[in-house]
Amino acid sequence: MIGRLISPPAERHLLGLRPLSGPTPWLVAIMSFSILIIAAAGLAIANNAGLFARSVEARYSIEVPNGSARMPALVAALRARDDVMNVSSVPEAEMRADLRRWLGSAADNRDLPVPGLVSFDLEPTASLEPVRARVAAIEPLATIEAHETAIGPILSSLRTLQWVALALVVLLAGAAAAAIVLAARAALDTHRATIEILHGIGGTDDQITTLFQRKITADALVGSLAGALAASLILLMLAAGSTYLGELTGGAALGRGDLFLLAALPFVLTGLAAVVSRRAVLTRLGQTL
Amino acid sequence: MSSGGFYFLTGPSGAGKTSLLRLLYLAQRPTRGRIRLFGEELTDASREALPAFRRRIGVVFQDFRLVRHLSAFDNVALPLRISGVSEEEIEDPVREMLAWVGLADRSSARPATLSGGEQQRVAIARAVINRPDLLVADEPTGNVDSDMAKRLLHLFSSLNQLGTTVLVATHDIGLIRAIPGAELIRLEGGTMVDPTGALRNPPARGGVAS
Repeated sequence: MIGRLISPPAERHLLGLRPLSGPTPWLVAIMSFSILIIAAAGLAIANNAGLFARSVEARYSIEVPNGSARMPALVAALRARDDVMNVSSVPEAEMRADLRRWLGSAADNRDLPVPGLVSFDLEPTASLEPVRARVAAIEPLATIEAHETAIGPILSSLRTLQWVALALVVLLAGAAAAAIVLAARAALDTHRATIEILHGIGGTDDQITTLFQRKITADALVGSLAGALAASLILLMLAAGSTYLGELTGGAALGRGDLFLLAALPFVLTGLAAVVSRRAVLTRLGQTL
Repeated sequence: MSSGGFYFLTGPSGAGKTSLLRLLYLAQRPTRGRIRLFGEELTDASREALPAFRRRIGVVFQDFRLVRHLSAFDNVALPLRISGVSEEEIEDPVREMLAWVGLADRSSARPATLSGGEQQRVAIARAVINRPDLLVADEPTGNVDSDMAKRLLHLFSSLNQLGTTVLVATHDIGLIRAIPGAELIRLEGGTMVDPTGALRNPPARGGVAS
């Protein structure tokens, strides 16, 4: 591909175009910038969703209505088990402090029933049923809820966002391809006279197409790299958590594989431009004699 | 037309000379009739097959049709480059051809800076650089002075003696008389006629075009 991209000196002036002239580099730069930002956001969301899901997949909460004098016994029983880890209870004072936001000083009324909450992690291979039986034996009114169930809608939303990001990347790539087709057709119209001369002296469609393909691909390469560079600066700021947006995304880190994928995108976009421009030019030339 | 012949095509404006030439150099397909060139039936030839035949034809257009972004040298070198000749092998013949048409010192000039006559000479140099089997020229001396016209005609004649079939469309009687052995084809209203009996040789079997 590189060999086809670099034209011999004699061919460089055939179309009379200066390198990077016309709108193609700018269009591709904008597309490249947008694609990289959206792809990075999609990957960060995917990573966060994965981390989030893994952190809660074995996490459970026990809720005891009206609080319970048996809370200490419940916590002790859980801590005594080998298949249960990271047991923590929410102190009643903390619960009342939370309630105070809505109820004011009424939250400190001792007659107000405050539920007791205990959270724990279950061994990944262990069954919840023995734990549920033990808890019921100590406090029959206690209910156990998996965190995964509670945050299911959030995870579902995050996964939807991932697909939306992917769809946007595909959509922008399609828009970039359409812009390349239009640029190729415009270039063909501009150089109709030169094409007729080349055809007239025995130039093949492949030779003529290569001239246009080289120009468009070189423009696309420079444009996509420039867009990627600008996007990288934004992503670095986000990753450093140095901006408001960075904080919003939690300064989400991208893995090595993610960075490799993002680094490949400008070249994928350039490859797309090379293929699409070639197809567009060959199709248009095929309509002539 | 027989292979190796020298022909003049003449006739009033609108008779169809340029259309006939366009059919000959494969720039358009006939709506009726057949095109047979170099012994091959090309009326319905595929697009992919045409470039190989076009490379065997040198064309001098009435409006020159030089690539305006290229120098005189690069315009003349274009058919060689299209044919895949290496850059090392291009330099000498192109310089020689430019010298022959009197443009050795204008090799780096762009068409826009050349006079009409100079552009015509570049166009002729480009048409013959490849030693084509068939040379088609549409009013090739219309923009050059009489001395240069004689030199160009001598070039065409030399090519013809080397085996190139030459067809020149012209109104210039002086030009026609300058090549005594040439045959005259006259078009009137799109029909080929021979009112003077100038076509001394009938079309040969296996000729260049029929």
